[in-house]
Amino acid sequence: MENGAALSIQGLSKEYSRGKPVLRDISLEFAGRGFTAIIGPSGTGKSTLIRCINRLVEPTAGAIVFQGRDLVKLSGRALRDARCQIGMVFQEYNLVERLTVMENLLTGRLGYVAPLKAWLRKFPPGDIDEAFELLEVVGLTSFANQRADSLSGGQRQRVGIARAVMQHPKLLLADEPTSSLDPKTSVEIMTLIRDLGTAKNIPIIVNMHDVELARRFADRIIGMAGGVIVYDGAPAGLTDGHLKSIYGGEDWLR
Amino acid sequence: MVTVTVAAGRIAFKPNWWARAGWIALVVYIVYACSLLDVTWARFMVGLDNGARFIGRMFPPNFSRWEILAKGLAESLEIAVLASTLGILVSLPIGLLASRNLMPVWVTWPARMFIALCRSFHPVIVAIVFVKALGFGALSGIAALTVASIGFIGKLFAEAIEEISLKQVEAVRATGAPFMNVITYGVLPQVFGRFMGFATYQLDSNLRNSTMVGIVGAGGIGGALFAAFQRFDYDFVCAMLLSIIFLIFVGELIATQVRAIFLERTRVDEE
Repeated sequence: MENGAALSIQGLSKEYSRGKPVLRDISLEFAGRGFTAIIGPSGTGKSTLIRCINRLVEPTAGAIVFQGRDLVKLSGRALRDARCQIGMVFQEYNLVERLTVMENLLTGRLGYVAPLKAWLRKFPPGDIDEAFELLEVVGLTSFANQRADSLSGGQRQRVGIARAVMQHPKLLLADEPTSSLDPKTSVEIMTLIRDLGTAKNIPIIVNMHDVELARRFADRIIGMAGGVIVYDGAPAGLTDGHLKSIYGGEDWLR
Repeated sequence: MVTVTVAAGRIAFKPNWWARAGWIALVVYIVYACSLLDVTWARFMVGLDNGARFIGRMFPPNFSRWEILAKGLAESLEIAVLASTLGILVSLPIGLLASRNLMPVWVTWPARMFIALCRSFHPVIVAIVFVKALGFGALSGIAALTVASIGFIGKLFAEAIEEISLKQVEAVRATGAPFMNVITYGVLPQVFGRFMGFATYQLDSNLRNSTMVGIVGAGGIGGALFAAFQRFDYDFVCAMLLSIIFLIFVGELIATQVRAIFLERTRVDEE
């Protein structure tokens, strides 16, 4: 693993429509390890920020330097190669519903397998062994051949996480991974993300709106409001004053 | 008690004068068209009389020339299967190119034009064109029904792709998968079930149409059927009609079986 900044965001801005910026000149550095939580109210650009990193959303301005290359300038093959290195977990799981759990896991290897082989399900045996090991880790071994749409929400998100880890990512992004789940399952999912990140030495960036969950899991919290960063530091340093400037109002804090 | 004053001249159901005028215009046109085309009760009764004699001559059906019949049926079947296979193979990429959620406008536009062109004419008209261009025989029938299949499946396939969940596609794209892998893993699983439905329906439809293109000389049992009509061999006509019903029925059974096998995968497993 390289040391220092694994990911460096410089002056990132995004406007979906002209003159209405969702992200305003964001600059952030991320280390090669650790769990960072980005908190903030809905519609403040957390999701846009995460999606700019793997270019599911096109940034309007700025640079995103990852492994020595500016992701914003990449296209075609080079962009796909960069995406292979970045795993992503989605709020609504985004599994391919009509594929089996095993096929969904192997989707994480599609950047490395030629189309004809992928279509014929001829994945390298190593990939399949690894998929079974990961299923064991996330506790879904007996579901390998079941279709993804037959799983519960928590089970689906476990598959989503395993799919991202199958990519052997150098960075793991998660966009509100527990917002559609109950509190107990949310904690289980966050624990899984953190433990896998630690075990595989992958830096993690997670969007969430639940402050308590962020305090419990994150090493670093970034608070966003109105498209800018209003707090960046350790969970312990996050005060009610900060929360007020992030979410507005104060009645909800009592 | 709350006292409420109601505005004078209130209207609970507003009459739609344009709709009423439209209905009246339709009725007037129907009466006019009937008078123009001699659609009268008396004419219908004369027709019924003739029909009774025609049906009387159809029975009993005459299967003595079964070789001609069997040869025609076999050729129709071959035309249907070949045209369906070819049409489905071509409409897969065309439908993909025509789907507006995956392709840029400069790709979907020509693809949509091509599909619209294939759908413009009834298969019989297309068959006539091919008979003139390629000559009499099964080849023209296959070509005509292939065009019809591309028009039908291409359009429905494109529409099915336009209704898929893009979230699933996004997730596959985020793994860094190349375009073809995004298609086979993110798109095809979502439309496969419906595609098999369209394909079996098209085979069924092509079986029916393959018995007809022969009337214009494009091969299959239609040619023999038309000749028998013209020679007033109504008992032989009846034999052929019964055989066609049998063929369609068998085709329907096979289509149902195929759907059962392939769509099983797409049903939700309940365990």
